[in-house]
Amino acid sequence: MTVTVLLFASYADAVGRSEIELDVTSGATVKDVIERVRQMADAQRLPAAPMVAVNEQYASRDRELRHGDEVALIPPVAGG
Amino acid sequence: MHSAIVDRPIDPSKLLERVAARGNGAAVLFLGTVRDVNAGRGVSGIEYTAYRSMAERELHRIVEEAALLADSNDIAVEHRLGELAIGECSVAVAAAHPHRARAFEAARYVIEELKQRVPIWKREQYDDGTREWVPATTSENERTIELVDAGEKQ
Repeated sequence: MTVTVLLFASYADAVGRSEIELDVTSGATVKDVIERVRQMADAQRLPAAPMVAVNEQYASRDRELRHGDEVALIPPVAGG
Repeated sequence: MHSAIVDRPIDPSKLLERVAARGNGAAVLFLGTVRDVNAGRGVSGIEYTAYRSMAERELHRIVEEAALLADSNDIAVEHRLGELAIGECSVAVAAAHPHRARAFEAARYVIEELKQRVPIWKREQYDDGTREWVPATTSENERTIELVDAGEKQ
């Protein structure tokens, strides 16, 4: 199945992209996706446990993904 | 209630108009503005970016929570994105209520939650020509657990 990974701000810089389509096995979790993305990145700049949102809601690393999910890796927010 | 992520200058007087009602005896307006120094470095401007669709949803949720907390629907917030110069307004919150305590409470709730939850980032441009993403000022890990719990209940 396929999920879309969104990257922002410093995380987008670390990976050099802001959006990635990833093929993952059925039953894959948020954690699996983070590990895949970290392999593409300058790993020190992308933490092992970033905040994550699935389909625009904050989610845990154990969250099981479904085909078509949008997984966003959220750097420390700094609005205001 | 009103919440928006905008690409244009924020007009604070419009936000005050949105929360005005004949029964309100108090209106609070908070403005966040770009300042010229951060952590001892001279700042010449800030670029704001967002996970826009989620930021809109999260901002809307915060306003709904503030309305329950302060027992008032007269709450409005806008956050601006893009390149801002020193002194420009990046965020504005207006809250009104028959009495001042609840108006202050609502405005305070919205800005504090916004700073912790809404996926917006800023990159500071420094006087020396360099620029950097600004890290969060809050303890990230503690807050993450709360947000995940809240997100998964929905």
